[in-house]
Amino acid sequence: MKAAVVTFPGSNCDRDLAVAFEAAGFQVARVWHKDSALPEGVDVVGVPGGFSFGDYLRCGAIAAQSPVAAAIRSHAARGGYVLGICNGFQVLTEMQLLPGALMRNGGLKFLCKAVELEVASTASDFTRAYARGQRLSVPIAHHDGNYTIDAEGLAALEGEDRIAFRYAENPNGSMADIAGVLSANRRVLGMMPHPERAVDARHGGTDGAALFAGLMGGMALA
Amino acid sequence: MKARVTVMLKTGVLDVQGEAVRHALGTLGFAGVQGVRQGKVIELDLAETDAAAAEAAVKAMCEKLLANTVIESYRVEIG
Repeated sequence: MKAAVVTFPGSNCDRDLAVAFEAAGFQVARVWHKDSALPEGVDVVGVPGGFSFGDYLRCGAIAAQSPVAAAIRSHAARGGYVLGICNGFQVLTEMQLLPGALMRNGGLKFLCKAVELEVASTASDFTRAYARGQRLSVPIAHHDGNYTIDAEGLAALEGEDRIAFRYAENPNGSMADIAGVLSANRRVLGMMPHPERAVDARHGGTDGAALFAGLMGGMALA
Repeated sequence: MKARVTVMLKTGVLDVQGEAVRHALGTLGFAGVQGVRQGKVIELDLAETDAAAAEAAVKAMCEKLLANTVIESYRVEIG
């Protein structure tokens, strides 16, 4: 299986994300934001964390208009998998590949710590290796992770079982404790916590590894 | 032609930064500030000379990039 990891000016989790994909057995290609096409045969695109374009205008807003964003949009429209983490989640909402928006944290502080997540849906290839309700310890590192969506959109997410992860203790004011959401076809996942920072015992925990391993396994079956 | 875009969080969207500013004003002794909303102003210098065409173009810019209409509203002033 092939993964492509995108780098924008200001991305800083791109290498970590590539390493996490590789550890799960993916062949990884690195893609630059000016690339208007993805490498041949890419199965999943990783949009990493960081501060793309310095968070100018709004987090993810400029990256969402970059040449590679158009390629990611086409990939998703073909049913390709996309994983956006932290700033990558912000980019995917700015691209409107995922609903809602990520606003300034309720407490106004940049948060950098491990948090406890609850697996809210296992009905996706990203979350299939977890059990529903399973508690995970995964780091967060963000200033704008306060997930916001209108009442109708929230009802749709809940009704369609598209909330992938919830915070056990809400750190940032996100509506309905939402930490990660899935697209309608369940192949695009955006999440604020960093599973790629929890894939090696030396990270202090490996609770993120099953996301990448599960994705690998699920894609092999598909 | 100049254009000025004001982007604000939509009514009903909690503005945590505005709330923090309101609180700080109270701490400074400015009594009676009942609400603060914080937004941004973007000034554009346009080659366009027709006001209606400029307004239409800037509105398109707002929809596509300058505002996130999921959470923000915008106002365009031309001239």
